[in-house]
Amino acid sequence: MHAGGDNQAAPVPARGEGVGSAIRHLDGRGKVTGSLNFGADHVPDGAVAVRVIRSPHHHARFTFGDRQAFLDAHPGIDLVLDAGDIAGRNCFGVIPPFADQPVFAEGKVIFRGEAVAAIVGDVDAVKAIDEASFPVSWETLDHVLTPKEAQSANAPRLHAGREGNVLVGGRVERGDPEKELAKSAHRVSLSTTTPSIEHAYIEPEAGYAVRDGDRIVVHGCTQAAHMDRESLADIMGLALEQVRVVPTACGGGFGSKLDISLQPYVALAAWKLNRPATICYTRSESMRSTTKRHPSDISVTIGCDADGRLTGMDFSGVFNTGAYASWGPTVANRVPVHASGPYLVPGYRAHSLAIHTNAPPSGAFRGFGVPQSAIAQECALDLLAEKAGLDRLEFRLKNALKNGEPTVTGQLFEKGVGIVECLQALKPAWQAANETAATFNASTNGSGLRKGIGVASCWYGCGNTSLPNPSTIRIGITAAGHVVLHQGAADVGQGSNTVIAQIAADALGVPVHSLQLVGGDTDLTPDAGKTSASRQTYVSGMAAKLAGEALRSQVLRLGNVSEAADIDVKPGRIGLSDGDVRANIDLNKIDNAENGYVLFAEETYDPPTQPLDENGQGVPYAVYGYGAQLVELTVDTRLGTVTLDRITAAHDVGKAINPMLVEGQIEGGIAQGIGLALMEDYQPGRTENLHDYLIPTIGDVPPIECHIVEVADALGPYGAKGLGEHVLIPTAPAILNAIRHASGVLVTNLPATPDKVRAAILEGAEHG
Amino acid sequence: MQFARPEKIEDALTLLREGEWAILAGGTDFYPGLRDGVPSRPVLDITALTDLQNIEQDAEYWSIGALATWSDVVRADLPPCFDGLKRAAREVGSVQIQNRATVIGNVCNASPAADGVPPLMTLGAIVETVASSGKRRIPLQQFVLGNRQTDLHPGELVARLLIPKTSAVGASSFFKLGARKYLVISISMVAARLASDGEGRINDAAISIGACSAVACRLTALEELLKGKRLSDDLAALVQRSHLGDLAPIDDVRAPAAYRLDASLELVRRAISDVARQLS
Repeated sequence: MHAGGDNQAAPVPARGEGVGSAIRHLDGRGKVTGSLNFGADHVPDGAVAVRVIRSPHHHARFTFGDRQAFLDAHPGIDLVLDAGDIAGRNCFGVIPPFADQPVFAEGKVIFRGEAVAAIVGDVDAVKAIDEASFPVSWETLDHVLTPKEAQSANAPRLHAGREGNVLVGGRVERGDPEKELAKSAHRVSLSTTTPSIEHAYIEPEAGYAVRDGDRIVVHGCTQAAHMDRESLADIMGLALEQVRVVPTACGGGFGSKLDISLQPYVALAAWKLNRPATICYTRSESMRSTTKRHPSDISVTIGCDADGRLTGMDFSGVFNTGAYASWGPTVANRVPVHASGPYLVPGYRAHSLAIHTNAPPSGAFRGFGVPQSAIAQECALDLLAEKAGLDRLEFRLKNALKNGEPTVTGQLFEKGVGIVECLQALKPAWQAANETAATFNASTNGSGLRKGIGVASCWYGCGNTSLPNPSTIRIGITAAGHVVLHQGAADVGQGSNTVIAQIAADALGVPVHSLQLVGGDTDLTPDAGKTSASRQTYVSGMAAKLAGEALRSQVLRLGNVSEAADIDVKPGRIGLSDGDVRANIDLNKIDNAENGYVLFAEETYDPPTQPLDENGQGVPYAVYGYGAQLVELTVDTRLGTVTLDRITAAHDVGKAINPMLVEGQIEGGIAQGIGLALMEDYQPGRTENLHDYLIPTIGDVPPIECHIVEVADALGPYGAKGLGEHVLIPTAPAILNAIRHASGVLVTNLPATPDKVRAAILEGAEHG
Repeated sequence: MQFARPEKIEDALTLLREGEWAILAGGTDFYPGLRDGVPSRPVLDITALTDLQNIEQDAEYWSIGALATWSDVVRADLPPCFDGLKRAAREVGSVQIQNRATVIGNVCNASPAADGVPPLMTLGAIVETVASSGKRRIPLQQFVLGNRQTDLHPGELVARLLIPKTSAVGASSFFKLGARKYLVISISMVAARLASDGEGRINDAAISIGACSAVACRLTALEELLKGKRLSDDLAALVQRSHLGDLAPIDDVRAPAAYRLDASLELVRRAISDVARQLS
């Protein structure tokens, strides 16, 4: 179960054995020794520093004062940038039809942390500036921070054309939920709320830009180099070819680094001054200005028949999308598709709404709204199981989706639906945990300590929802005999640099450690799409597989050997052995130096999806991944504190390309799920630092046991499915279900901090 | 920016007499307090004043020097009445913080949620300041005046904390409540020290609560009630809401006031029971 144990030597798999091997991160050594640069690690000679001036108000008009006087009073400051310095379009957004966010606000700001100007100059001079001395005056306006306030009659309208501050809605409907619920033997209704959540990656936004003649080159942390490039060209009024984006190593993104942040500021400064320009956000600036997880307000009703089979579900979710669109439309679309969980639900209706407020823009954060909806759905399912008199795990197994059964969008999978296998994998631990908790609770006389266990499932579609999202991967062999992989899928720590290489190596038939990696540079790597939607292992992995196979075919054809031949790339030649047949390709005799390679292949893969109709029926994703988690915990009922004892996680990844990295994803996702459940709460103006905004520490994360489930997918490379976001989804509902099992109270307004758990217990005692 | 790191106390005091300095020791409150800015005052780094490093004793006092860190406290050979302080030491920030942060820095920072103050209060700690003009000794309760306010006079440096051996008796405990395990500002914390007459009867009691008022509070009414009670009595049951009368907790991002009171009551009961168990 535990691949890559601590004391084992790191595996170095032979040709054809890369996939499935728990090799270490191929870029791990550079990260450990420090030779690999993160966004702030390199400052070019002669660089100026850039500092962004941001709004201290949620909603305000502003005017600039005497800029020349400010420059005169601050020697060392070379330049002040504002909206007037933007040659192209002062507007960006990850979904072009909804793009609405200015690089610099013009006359009015609509969230605290919004940029209005930037000062550029000598590093020390910029650092020494007291922001209060910057000549800008503010006139505050009424603001709204919740959807309820934003939808009241006298609320300010934040964007023209978005009536009632509604950005967009989403819906999926199937069967007749009203009828199904009406005839149900048991019904449960539940409302839940979740707050704004900060990504809190280790590395705040950092990078630098260099002007190279009529081109601008931007180095920095990002999850989407090619999207950054398009935005920058648009903002700066340059042709796409004039913009080069070179991702640095990235200390975590979790969705927020899909949107541009620092890039236009350093690019504009470097362009104007023709000097390199650097920036490194402070933690507080990062927290104030970048996207958040959507706060949610969700209501759900679920029913089942007398046998415990789900009948109908009615779901409504309101999401606070903040000041600008960012990924709000994606959340609105993804949630109704996923809000059923991985279960067979005959009558289904799910509506979502994204509402603008003066909060920071809500964007992408590991799961695009699904972790929020799963809390309501999985906690309601627990209550329903109890009403039906069924064990909570058995109830889920009874209703788990199987091959050939329609999803709530009417999609049918002939193979690869792995939720049953995940739930089955938890069964032994579930039974043992139930016994442990019962024994403990029977024996603790008067301590106030109670043990409880909880379970929750997840499913999650890999890739864009019914939209194209191709990845392209290039692989070539040089005359000298180097095999070079051009892999542009941003590795934000999750391991795409390693996993894509494992797939490409096996597809070509060479040892993975023999590959040379070229990664992350819009001049050198074709577009592998954004690192989001748990798509890189599946989509870029497929492109890598196709590219590797295409190159293999070329080699085999050249050597006139069969499919079964072994390839051995040597300096200047390729040796081929096919049974008793030996062949040799002299690389120096191949007269074809395209892209610097004598042999080369480039392949693109785009998942086969279909549009959703007006009821959300169709094929939103070509591949789903599945999972389930079991939480064991202890509640101190007199203090309301929760101590996690153990988490057992079973995730169906189709095929674990790298089992160690799968475990890493599971453990990291669970840590973030713990934060969502128990402590994280971003409040603009109040918790804008990691002192007041709490994320889990090592002391808050219990031992985690991973069960890697492999139910092969029909499409994914070697059967693989995505995993990155799935792992976070079940954790919070499983924790809440366990707290309820222990204490008798379900906390529905997250996070379940000690005071809320205790208040619920006191209230329960009053009513009980 | 002016910066000095004297090696002799006299030199530090001369500098302090001549200007207004921000004093830097462990730095774990100092640097976050700058909020990404540069210091507004000259900085006097006292970490080279090695005379102030030790935890030691003489006939009358235990002494904790200004440079003694929380990790030093954990490692020091101290009697059981310091166990509460040691428990606090293990719960301040994280291990990295404990290796840097000083006990006296915690006192001088004067946060209402200073983890060190309640256990030091139960030990009857006295603050000893030095200045060119001479020494002063101020009981801890009178030294910490309010949120971020102390009775440190211009020109003074806190040299050590003195724990009188008359109050360094009995056993002690400490409970901290926060919303996560490490690196967390307390929602509430309770320190308790009890001593017995050797025949199972309590003859000294000191209980202090932090994070529920501007300055940590001693629960004097409860202390008086406990004196004379037997260790075998149901001491927890004696603790009543009225004993928390002097607390004035606030609602903030960490917890509502009502919860602070509710949880504090439970923590006091646990702390007293824990110490009684140790003494029995």
